[in-house]
Amino acid sequence: MQIRVTVNGKVHESDIEPRTLLVHYVRDVLGLTGTNIGCDTSSCGACSLHLDGEAVKSCTVLAAQADGCAVTTIEGLASADGEMHPMQKAFMENHALQCGYCTPGMVMAATSLLKENPSPTEEEVRLGLEGNLCRCTGYHNIVKAVLACAGE
Amino acid sequence: MTITENRPGSVLGTRMLRKEDPALLTGEAKYTNDLNIPGALHLALVRSPYAHARIVSVDVSAALAMPGVVAAYTGADLMDLWAAPMPSAWPVTPDMKNPAHYPVATGKVTYVGDAVAVVLATSEAAARDAVEAVTVDYEALPAVIDLEDALSDRVVIHEGEGTNRTFTWDLKVEGHDGQVDEAFATAAYTVSERYVQQRLIPMAMEPRAIAAVPQPFGGDVTLYSATQIPHILKVMVAITLGIPEHQMRVVAPAVGGGFGSKLDVYAEELLCVALSRKHKVPVRWNEERGENTMATIHGRGQIQHIDLAADADGKLTAVRVRLLADMGGYLQLITPGIPLLGAFLYAGVYDLPAAYDFSCTGVFTTMTPTDAYRGAGRPEATYAIERAMDALARTMGLDPMELRRRNYIRHDQFPYTAFTGLVYDSGNHEAAAELAASLADYDGVRARQKAQNVPGATKRIGIGVSSYFEMCGLAPSRVLASLNYGAGGWEAATVRVLPTNKVQVVTGTAPHGQGHETAWSMIVADRLGVSPDDVDVLHSDTAIAPLGLDTYGSRSLPVGGVAISMACDRIIDKAKKIAAHQLEANEDDLEFEAGSFSVKGSPDKAMPLAAIAFAAFTAHNLPDGLEPNLEAQVTYDPPNFSWPFGTHICTVEVDTETGQVEVLQYVAVDDCGNQVNPLIVEGQVHGGVVQGLAQALYEEAVYDSDGNLKTTSLAEYLVPAASDVPSITLGHTITPSPTNPLGVKGVGEAGTIGSAPAVINAVVDALADLGVTDVPMPASPLNVWKAIRTAQQGVSS
Repeated sequence: MQIRVTVNGKVHESDIEPRTLLVHYVRDVLGLTGTNIGCDTSSCGACSLHLDGEAVKSCTVLAAQADGCAVTTIEGLASADGEMHPMQKAFMENHALQCGYCTPGMVMAATSLLKENPSPTEEEVRLGLEGNLCRCTGYHNIVKAVLACAGE
Repeated sequence: MTITENRPGSVLGTRMLRKEDPALLTGEAKYTNDLNIPGALHLALVRSPYAHARIVSVDVSAALAMPGVVAAYTGADLMDLWAAPMPSAWPVTPDMKNPAHYPVATGKVTYVGDAVAVVLATSEAAARDAVEAVTVDYEALPAVIDLEDALSDRVVIHEGEGTNRTFTWDLKVEGHDGQVDEAFATAAYTVSERYVQQRLIPMAMEPRAIAAVPQPFGGDVTLYSATQIPHILKVMVAITLGIPEHQMRVVAPAVGGGFGSKLDVYAEELLCVALSRKHKVPVRWNEERGENTMATIHGRGQIQHIDLAADADGKLTAVRVRLLADMGGYLQLITPGIPLLGAFLYAGVYDLPAAYDFSCTGVFTTMTPTDAYRGAGRPEATYAIERAMDALARTMGLDPMELRRRNYIRHDQFPYTAFTGLVYDSGNHEAAAELAASLADYDGVRARQKAQNVPGATKRIGIGVSSYFEMCGLAPSRVLASLNYGAGGWEAATVRVLPTNKVQVVTGTAPHGQGHETAWSMIVADRLGVSPDDVDVLHSDTAIAPLGLDTYGSRSLPVGGVAISMACDRIIDKAKKIAAHQLEANEDDLEFEAGSFSVKGSPDKAMPLAAIAFAAFTAHNLPDGLEPNLEAQVTYDPPNFSWPFGTHICTVEVDTETGQVEVLQYVAVDDCGNQVNPLIVEGQVHGGVVQGLAQALYEEAVYDSDGNLKTTSLAEYLVPAASDVPSITLGHTITPSPTNPLGVKGVGEAGTIGSAPAVINAVVDALADLGVTDVPMPASPLNVWKAIRTAQQGVSS
């Protein structure tokens, strides 16, 4: 089937199998491998990206459902001149990543969280990110980074 | 040896942001399954749904007929590809049972997930679809999932071995026979405890991924793998497949966490390499999470019996330990050695006389093989002694902190030669414990506990203390030899100053989240006076970094980092010769400061390293006999383990009606000697603490009585989310190690080693007034509620 999706500001028209998941579309068809796959039960959130501005787990969305939508992946978060997004900077400055595998999904979820709630409490950040798992950081510095970004 | 203090103005000890981060934060970093490998076939495995069964027949013909399928093989079809069985590199005893284990099973399967056939297809989807078309006829056999049942040999899993008992390994103090029995006979107090270390699933966020790329001519092959051990893997794949080692190259691209689970040689790695050579095309495999829960090693899995004897003051006089350790269905790379890594630590951080009696028996079961998981043997040991210390304190009616104070090896006893003969390099347990107590407001929380835990209270406060040693920095090669480990413990480093004064560092460590590119750059910057930005760290590719023993056991900094520092010293020695020659000065009159040599007393007579590097490159004017270029290689074998230590204090509130445990406060004081980068140290401790807390409260690999794994997804296996864990209060003391020139110790496993006992001690402490003396891990609401109920029934009967 034919879909037309705007990904990171660029329009893509693709012929895909109807069963294609959005995560496989961005990774395998568009070559945007920054979005990672960490599970097969929509539990880990590694594949989170923005669909029309809202964070979704792209392993639970069919590429067909993104037809006519705007998708932003981690590759599209920095500005055109390469300047990192404030959330990316906050993650770096607060050492909120180690192996980096959950990081793209975590950053996408965190930016979406602040859009909905620009001044969250620590508890709200922890609850807001509970769909994204990290095995390295113990979340301490992730929470710190999100709160720091919110405070800017 | 002189320990270098962190100098004012040095980059060492600063919170430098990580060089690795921009690539990871923008999606630029490439993990193995991100690699674009044209023409690759995809491997998929047919896995046993039975825990224990004889394979009657395997029929792959229907799979072969499916679209996109290129080949399908049974275990028997593949036997001629293996030059040797899969490697188990740690024969802990001469009579250890080690049944031959091949990447695809032939006669029988011994755990759910054991591979029985494979399919190669042109796409991942086609390969996985074809797996469903393979027909396997099994004759089911009884599962063995209980360790004591396994030991009874009611069902012998590997019939050829005649028993499920893999080995029994003892550690006693020579020349002190009878001392343990005598200590127990004359003790003022004794405790006898039984603890269960539940099986855990490591769950690195990146599942395993593999791609093997053969060269069309000559037989060379490159193996890309999400591994912690590219160097060890290269040797083991070469041996197992009979490939000349110089034709094997292993690359670990960005690796998404390991925690020990990627410290192994896996069937899929061997299959991808062997089949890529057979078919002369690249072969790749991406592990799904469900597969990861059963086909990647598990951790822990022990039943621990620990007895303590103490005198009237609570001073320990003897420790006796009996362990039963779950090997799983086969031995993986270092499966049998895991309990040995903890064997020396069951007396914890305490000043014990030579009265120690340790014995460990490994048993086969019909579950996924176990192997190293963060801490590997040391969290288990620390859990046992720290839980038992609390039991002793309760028996004596003594505050658990006070009991520990009476038993700590005192700071003025270091370096301390333990009853095992091991030398503990440095420590100050009293200081770490005092700092932890002060950060936790220990006395204040005790007072609050007394006020709140009145009879009938349903929300009860508990405080748990845990003091630990992390015996790490694996390891002096001769000590490993005495344990019959199959390799050494050295690490290699090359430092190369390029003509433009940029520096390349080649390391044998293999980072997968630890930040080595940053930390190693800082060490070089400090030593050579260059900017860390001018240092490039090359790693994890055996063609670029041919020598190394990789990253595990908190070894990278105290072994690999020290090797880099030593290579820098050799660079300085050579550069000094060139500087002396060109400045027409005596070498002894030169001093090296901030990247420049100058003549003492004549600071205007100077030559910067940049000029020396260029002079070494042009070789126009070098001292007679000196080789061109500025490069130094070091292979460093550490003289000792490193012994980080610390004290953790956890405060919980337990709801006795629901069994819910809430962590109110977590304080971790860790001492890993000098810190290269406190930002990275803190991150390691945070993550480690939560991984141990996860064992204490949430995680367990659950098998049913038929040997089916019930926790095959992240929906069932409870890796905690941000909302499940507390913020962590950190404190640090700094007691440099005297055994290496950086004064550093490892830190990767410390948090995990210290945390599980602190949490469970707190839970038990909260419920002690109700008669609860044990809560099994994980202290889930159900387990806590059951423990309370059992205790109350005991009280009422």
